[in-house]
Amino acid sequence: MTLQTNLEHVVSAADFEKLIQNNENVMIICGRMGPMCVPVYDAVEEMKHEYPHVQFRDMLFDSPDARVIRELPDCKGFMGLPFTVYFKNGKVVKATSSIQTSEQIKNILDQNFVD
Amino acid sequence: MATTDFDVIIVGGGPAGLTAGIYLGRSRAKALIVSEGAIGGQMNLTHKIENYPGVESISGYQMGSVMKKQAISFGCEIKSNAKITDIQLDGDIKYITINHKNTFSAKAMIIATGGKSRSLNVKGEAEFAGRGISYCATCDGDFFTDKNIIVVGGGNTALEEAVSLTKYASKVTIVHQFDHFQGFKQAIVEAQNHPKIEFMLQSRIMSFEGGEQLKRVLIEDITTGNVNPKDIDGVFIFIGYEPQTQIVKGKLELNERNEIIVDNMLNTSMKGIFAAGDARVTKVRQVTTAVADGTIAALSALEFLHH
Repeated sequence: MTLQTNLEHVVSAADFEKLIQNNENVMIICGRMGPMCVPVYDAVEEMKHEYPHVQFRDMLFDSPDARVIRELPDCKGFMGLPFTVYFKNGKVVKATSSIQTSEQIKNILDQNFVD
Repeated sequence: MATTDFDVIIVGGGPAGLTAGIYLGRSRAKALIVSEGAIGGQMNLTHKIENYPGVESISGYQMGSVMKKQAISFGCEIKSNAKITDIQLDGDIKYITINHKNTFSAKAMIIATGGKSRSLNVKGEAEFAGRGISYCATCDGDFFTDKNIIVVGGGNTALEEAVSLTKYASKVTIVHQFDHFQGFKQAIVEAQNHPKIEFMLQSRIMSFEGGEQLKRVLIEDITTGNVNPKDIDGVFIFIGYEPQTQIVKGKLELNERNEIIVDNMLNTSMKGIFAAGDARVTKVRQVTTAVADGTIAALSALEFLHH
């Protein structure tokens, strides 16, 4: 099962590993189709063409394999969907909990994923 | 009149703005919707809409998506998640600049910027958002299973969500600044009769504290001025909405609540500028009323263009 977004989806733990190991800059939004998550998917769909050097994906929070995001030490203490995690060369450089504005997301991308 | 990029620019992508886009597009007017947030506006915050005539049940996200598709199918252009960095409403030609770089002009403009959830604006609120503070019970309720939580507010949303959160939480304390609630009687009675719900009236949260997660709040008893700590696992804030009219403040006539003042055809104090939906003065804020406003504002704008 995947999210009903126009983003590419991470559907398994194997997918996740391959993605973060083979790409320098990766952002994964792990959520549901809820009010706090939808604006984040929408914001990323709008801005992704401005960041061709970043791989943008989403992942269904309730899928068993989403433990690869849910159980990250960087997401400890998170109590709001979506969990949005930014990876550089396979390592977490930033993680946020709950809704983020387009501006907040762009700030993180600009700070961590310089083209 | 000089040539413009668009006939009408609609600021806001909620039900009012999208409806205006549908009507203008279908009338062959060149229309652009600019939205600072996601398309759908506050509809995105609604899991289920069951009181929209003709539609038995639909999620707010789905309804917004269909409206967006309709607007685009009639030729309306949409730019969402765009930061509005300048807006010029006076003069025969209206201008809007997004992201400091793209400026668009139009002969008329519809302000449909909607509203946003009020925040408490106290210390720690931003820091613990998503780490114990939430504004959406249906999204985050399950993170608080068997936890002790607070719901802030005294209107229908706060009371109903407090009851809804008892499905997860072991105890819910409603903190409200007044000595009475603003909700409907049925919602008040349901909350008052619930065994898991307690009340702290005439009280307000002064700050949020914790480490990785929220651990406690400082609460003031408004009647005495005493401030005491309360250990807590989570706080849900439902204290209403405020109009998003900062971009037109000082340019259009607003009332004391910063709502745009309009006449019955949704003309604002500025010629060629119309306002629709939750950003304007109105007592009723529903998807249905926003859609009606979008229709009226679009037809008023068309009449303005033709004269």
